[in-house]
Order: sequence, then structure tokens, then C-alpha cells
Amino acid sequence: MPFYVAPEQQMKDKADYARKGIARGRSAVVLQYEGGILMVADNMSRTLHKISEIYDRIGFAAVGRYPEFENLRLMGVRFADVRGYQYDRRDVSGRQLANIYAQTLGTVFSESLKPWEVEIVVAEVGDAADEDEIYRITFDGSIVDEQGFVAVGGSSEHVSDVLKDRFAADASLSAALNAATHALARENGEERELEASNLEVAILERARQHRKFRRIHGRRLTRLIEEGKANGRAASGGGTSGADTADEADE
Amino acid sequence: MFEGFEGGRLPAAFMSAGTSSFTEFLSSVSPEMLPGHKLPPGGGTEHLTPDATTIVALTFPGGVLVAGDRRATQGNVIANRDMEKVFRTDEFSAVAIAGSAGIGIELARLYQVELEHYEKMEGRSLSLEGKANKLSQMVRGNLGMAMQGFVVVPLLVGFDENTEQGRVFSYDAVGGRYEEHRYHSIGSGSVFARGSVKKLYREDLDQTGATKVALEALYDAADDDSATGGPDLHRKIFPLVDVITEDGHRRLSTEEVARLATEVVEGRAANPDGPTAPLG
Repeated sequence: MPFYVAPEQQMKDKADYARKGIARGRSAVVLQYEGGILMVADNMSRTLHKISEIYDRIGFAAVGRYPEFENLRLMGVRFADVRGYQYDRRDVSGRQLANIYAQTLGTVFSESLKPWEVEIVVAEVGDAADEDEIYRITFDGSIVDEQGFVAVGGSSEHVSDVLKDRFAADASLSAALNAATHALARENGEERELEASNLEVAILERARQHRKFRRIHGRRLTRLIEEGKANGRAASGGGTSGADTADEADE
Repeated sequence: MFEGFEGGRLPAAFMSAGTSSFTEFLSSVSPEMLPGHKLPPGGGTEHLTPDATTIVALTFPGGVLVAGDRRATQGNVIANRDMEKVFRTDEFSAVAIAGSAGIGIELARLYQVELEHYEKMEGRSLSLEGKANKLSQMVRGNLGMAMQGFVVVPLLVGFDENTEQGRVFSYDAVGGRYEEHRYHSIGSGSVFARGSVKKLYREDLDQTGATKVALEALYDAADDDSATGGPDLHRKIFPLVDVITEDGHRRLSTEEVARLATEVVEGRAANPDGPTAPLG
């Protein structure tokens, strides 16, 4: 015997459910740096990715329930590859993908009993910094065109606030990574130490040929973290160095 | 674009766990986009697309290279002078085609998406054998077209990251896959090119030396086969050369190839039959 539930109440319940689900997981941030777009997620797993490649210039970052956003990722890759094969590689855009994701999440939210507990970011690196696009899509299908940086996840507002103070669109890779990890480490008001093994890091590198997406891990990641910390200390101590020196080496 | 797409949602197939193969996926959602879909009956249609001609591939310590001439012919007519028949398929492989140009270009494009699609879906690349077998299936998929006269055969070269060496795979029109050792050539001028490489090949060739051998071979093919184009110094049209090593795929710049090709042409001015191999 079903009870009558007001639509407002129903939507509110679903939204609360989704928010709670998302808040259980760790956050992710996506931000511009001098060479493109940096994506960083707090992720212990080396195989279950929160950050992935969708197409030549487009990256994907997600938080929440893995099987749900993995589904969205596969959908995005299929959509982009079909589009690119049908027309041309340049005809696949982040905006199209963001729209498809918004439509899908919106329909799931309004039509099914259980909303998806995910929040995703679609980032596209352009030929110049002012052509970069970063979209945030929430569990109910809302889509926001973000400027410069975005944080998603449980306490994204908190992470976002911390990141705002340190964000600079023309920062070096190590400085941007330092800002991102600093913000992620202060999630939920706590203060943790994030190491290379806790982080999943990838960049959309503007200058790169063909596919711009590239993961950063292992020694290169450790080195960038060290460099960012050293420069951060130097900067707070009045120093001015901030150059990302050994950027293009191994890995 | 897709049935049901207008409503704003993609068909359910896009969300299913399903396959990591792009061709398989496309055949389930939009089969009409695949080459060879709905073949009209009848034969004798091979005049509809020009023929792409000679390809040479050879391995050298630490890598492999593939070079292709630029001519496409239709009967006795040169249909295109600067056609590209060598394609980068991913970071560690390249494909070159000979035969029906229109079909071959589409095959290479689809194969390229196929490899990248798998890599993105699975989070890792196919092994080189996996890539070679996949191409074999795709060539076999073209059998219907081949029997109507649109024969296309690819040549796959790749750097095997496990064994750290360059490898070459050739195919026949039904998808038979053959691993070639050291060097191989396909296309109308391949008989002459292979003979030329056979005499010039050395186990210790470096990358530049291997490029030179490939250019000499293409020159010999163009010398004796009317469907193969030699280096065109006046129009600045030179063979395409793709090199794959542990650092990945690299297409040699026009300047690099121009310099070596000019040396080859100038060498032929002094000695029209080219370098000779020592006896004994």
C-alpha cells in the first residue's frame, strides 16, 4: 500500500541520499597550470581509477560510487570514439560530453528510485589557457562551467576554499600540484599528510602531440611533490623560485 | 546520429559493461558506419578506387621503420602524387596499406580507433600479438569486398615492449597473418623493393642507415614499377618514413627525408643502378 509522498519531499530525499553517499568518499580537484590542466584525486588504488582519459584533449575525474562513475566513463569513451570516427577527431568536444553526462544523470535522478552517488568533472585543454574548459556535473544532472579550478566530493566546498587561496592559473606543475594536495589534505577540516601512494595524478598537457592525457606516477610524482614542498617553503620564507625544472624527464 | 539520441539520451548499449572492441560496439549501435556494410552485388567495380602501391619495412637494433611511396594509380593514370599510406596507429605501432586505397584508408582509420578504444576502456594497451591478431580479423572482415576486387593488404610494424625489439607482420587478403623477420615489402613494386633491401640489409644498421636502405629500395621499386612513385625533388614530395623505438612512434620530418632522398637521387646520377653489394 503506497503512501503519498510530495514530489518536493521525494526529490529532497533523493538528493540527501546522493549527497550522503558522495560525502563518504574522498575528494578530487581539477585545476589549470601553466602547461595545461592538472587533475588530482585522493585515491589509494592504483588500478581503480578516479581520473581517466576520454579523448585527445578531454579528461574525466569522478568521485562517489566506483561502478556508477565507471559506467559513465565507458559511456563517454564510446561516445567520443564514435563521434571522432564519424566526423573528425577535432569534432569531439568537452561541452558535448558534459551535456550527455548531465542528461544521463538528470534522467537517472528523476526517473529511478535510487539516484547515482557520483559527481564528475569533464576537462578539456585548449590551444591557449583561455580556451580551457572545466565542467562540473552533479548527481542531479546540474552542470556548472567552472573557471580555473574545481573541487568535487564530500567536502568540496571546504577543499575549494583552501584551493582558492593558493590557485594561480600560471603556476608551474609542481606548484599547482602542491596547491592541490594541500587542499585535499585539509578535507573535513583535518590535516593529513598526503604521499605519492595516496594520490592519483594526471595532466592534460597542452604542448603534447596527439593525445594530451598523461598519468604521473612513481618517481616523477615523488619528485614533483618534493619540489612543490621545497618551493612552497621558499615562497613562504620570502624566496621567489618556482620554476618546474626537471619536468620532462623519465617515466 | 544514433536512434534515440535526439531525446538526449544515448542508447542503453553505451552504458552496458559489454565489449572493449570499438568495431564490435559500433556494429551493435550503428552498423551502417562500418566499412563494407551492405555490399552491393556484382563485381568488376575495382576501377572505383585507385591503388596504393609500394611499402617497405625493416627492423634495426632497437626499433623498426616503415616507409611508403606517395603514388596512387588508377590503371595507367596517376590518381594522386602525394597520398599518405603509412598511418600511426598508436604510440608503438604503425600500419601501411597496399591495394584499394579508399578501403585501405578506412581500414587504417578504424584500426587506429580500435587500438585506442581498447587502451582507454581497459586502461592498458593490447600486446603486439594482440594488435596483430586484431588486424587479421579486420582484414578478414573485408573479404566480401576483396572478392569484388577491392583487395587491400596492410603491413603492421610495432615495437614489442616485452622483447624490446621491432617486429613486422604481413597479411594476405583473407586475413592470414605472417610474421616477417628483418624486412618485408608489399604492393605492386614490392618484388623490386624486396630484392633491393635483401642486398643492402645489414644486421647492424642504425636508424639513419635503415632509412637510407628503405629509400634506396623505394627508388628501385619506382625504377622498375610504373605504379610506384620515386622521390619528387621538384614538387618536394618524398616518401613517408615512420620510425618506432622504445621512445615511441616518430614520423621523420619532410626535411630529414628530403636530405636522405636527395643523397639517394644524387647517388643514382653517378651510378643509375644504385649501390652494389660486395661479392663473397
